[in-house]
Amino acid sequence: MTTPMSALVKLVDVSKSYADAIVLHATNLSIERGETTILIGPSGCGKSTLLRLIIRLIEPDSGSIEFNGEPVTSETIGALRRRIGYVIQEGGLFPHLTARANVLLMARHIGKSEDEMRQRLADLCDLTRFSVNLLSRYPVELSGGQRQRVGLMRALMLSPELLLLDEPLGALDPLVRAALQKDLKEIFARLQQTALFVTHDLAEAIYFGDEIVLMNDGRVVQKGSVTDLREKPADPFVSEFINAQRGITLT
Amino acid sequence: MKALRPTLVRRDRSEPDRHLARHPEPGPLLLVFLILVATVCPASANPIVIGSKKFTESYVLGEIAQRALNDAGFATEHRQGMGGTIILWQALRGGQIDAYPEYTGTIAQEILRDSRQLSFQEIREALGKFGVAMTEPLGFNNTYALVMRRSEAHRLGIRTIGDLRKHPDLKMGLTHEFLDRQDGWRPLRERYGLPQQSIIGIDHALGYAALANGSIDVKDAYSTDAKIEENDLVVLEDDLRFFPKYDAVFLFRSSTSPDAINALRRLEGTLDEKRMIHLNMEAERTKNYTFAANLYFEDGGRSANSVGESFPHKLARWTLRHLELAGFSLLLSVIFGILLGIVASRGGVIGQGILGFASVVQTIPSLALLALLVPLPFFGISVRTAITALFLYGLLPIVRNTASGLQDIPRSLRESAVALGLSPFTRLWQIYLPMASRSILSGIKTSAVINIGTATLAALIGAGGLGEPILSGLNLNDHVTILEGAIPAALLALLVQWFFDVLDRVLIPKGLRL
Repeated sequence: MTTPMSALVKLVDVSKSYADAIVLHATNLSIERGETTILIGPSGCGKSTLLRLIIRLIEPDSGSIEFNGEPVTSETIGALRRRIGYVIQEGGLFPHLTARANVLLMARHIGKSEDEMRQRLADLCDLTRFSVNLLSRYPVELSGGQRQRVGLMRALMLSPELLLLDEPLGALDPLVRAALQKDLKEIFARLQQTALFVTHDLAEAIYFGDEIVLMNDGRVVQKGSVTDLREKPADPFVSEFINAQRGITLT
Repeated sequence: MKALRPTLVRRDRSEPDRHLARHPEPGPLLLVFLILVATVCPASANPIVIGSKKFTESYVLGEIAQRALNDAGFATEHRQGMGGTIILWQALRGGQIDAYPEYTGTIAQEILRDSRQLSFQEIREALGKFGVAMTEPLGFNNTYALVMRRSEAHRLGIRTIGDLRKHPDLKMGLTHEFLDRQDGWRPLRERYGLPQQSIIGIDHALGYAALANGSIDVKDAYSTDAKIEENDLVVLEDDLRFFPKYDAVFLFRSSTSPDAINALRRLEGTLDEKRMIHLNMEAERTKNYTFAANLYFEDGGRSANSVGESFPHKLARWTLRHLELAGFSLLLSVIFGILLGIVASRGGVIGQGILGFASVVQTIPSLALLALLVPLPFFGISVRTAITALFLYGLLPIVRNTASGLQDIPRSLRESAVALGLSPFTRLWQIYLPMASRSILSGIKTSAVINIGTATLAALIGAGGLGEPILSGLNLNDHVTILEGAIPAALLALLVQWFFDVLDRVLIPKGLRL
């Protein structure tokens, strides 16, 4: 257990509903600094909503979100987004820009020097095992795994304090996925990256997670290590969810 | 009192050629300027300067005089559309011009200010005191007249105003001015004993339309009005000589060289009403007074091709104008279309409104759109109107493609752009618009091709372009002339299409084309 002082992101009674449904009930959650927190649960449980609330793609109905002890508002989020990396399925690359242009987009926007950008790009290629030769390709000319590595580089370009990953490996075939999982884990470790990782795959959750947050039906059901979840389920749903995926791997 | 008829006002107000005038209405300042110029610079020996008033017929007569003098070996200059009677008269007296076309009725009433019906000889003597002389009549009399549809007149055997007595049920549509004038309808009816009961007041231009569709049978006109030939009408002969004479003549300075005077006098008696009407119509149709004047010198020649300007030269002129019309309107369509498309892509009432408006404009037939714009202030018969109509036509494809191109961007990519922290303007400019660029460009291509086609209609309102030969050809029922415009217009459309295909390869980011 980390001390509360080191929480990078803190959600207090955050809720969100649309006209016909509550997608997130009042939720409290802390994302600890330097850890990989996994958000897991079945489709529609509100895990992606939670991620999108943090980066303010959607506005919460109630409650507050703090980043580094400061409340996040629609006024402060502009600057804050540069301190948060956001990776989605398929990488979310812009098709009209080369891999290089995609990665450098934000750095150029805030006027980083060419030297600085070149150096950072080389480091990122090294870190994500992406061939420098492929940087001038367009997204359509890259494989799914390569696109995802570019998406990761783009998110890491400005050395964000928080990395949000929304099912980043969901669309990849198993071999590519396994390779990327391994690389991602190494990267998180090397950078001591605070990351919030959304997945619906328990094996992936166990592989990455220091802390697993299990969600169902717009609520956090249980938060803890995989052992906690397995041995001290807070709710019958926890056991049900874990048992449903037991067949894959639980080592 | 016929003699008080304010000829100058009548012409300036009613002549359809106001729109053709190349100069603004001359104010008192110009008059002062002209008089100053006339006093300070005495007329030089050469060239011979011809003036003309600000309406089609005067321009054409000026051009005819110029050509006649040129043919006689004189260097000439034609100051077109200098203004009204008084300005031309002062310029002639002051020696600033040497000759100009005038009408006997105007000379008597406006210049000599004599309320009596002066004889030709009396006018000539009176002018002599000012050092000004006058040719014999050129052959036509531009006065008030009554006109009818040719077919109707033939059927009823009507040739003269007197013949109207035998047809009391004919419907008369007369201009309000003619109805009220001292030398207008009432005295005319008394003089001829006309029995017609159905008499309505109608606008001059609308009257021609009413005459064409049979709502009225007889209307008043100026006897050399271009509309008379255009609408296949006949002028009823004023058999009782009720209307004052407005015989066209040239006034010239008595000091003009005798050879030049002879050249002008060779024009005497050579232009009857029918011919003048035709020349006026050609001048208005082609917007080319020289062309119309040259027709005068051609013996029976009617083909537009035989005139001075070579075909390649004409083609270049038409094509350039065509590109100018289509290009400028397209530029406006692109600027406003993309802006409106961006707003429309956000949906909502405003977005729906914009797309709805653009669609409605598109459903208006192009001819109707031109007709709707022409009566509006600021527009009228002008290049402006043509460009505005083309601009409105070009709007929809660009607005729609911009909006749909932007709306087709996946939500995940929009969110990625937001999550990166790019400013709204940068998102639009660097991400969304480039991603929609292919759709936008294809909308622009559609607009461009539509514009090239629709721009041929611009000729209808005198804006020129490749529609000019098409329209002439239609008027003359000359297929070759139609093709002279139609083929280049079709080729131009293909060329534009090809140009945009190339542009697609150059402008569209490679990542979107793979």
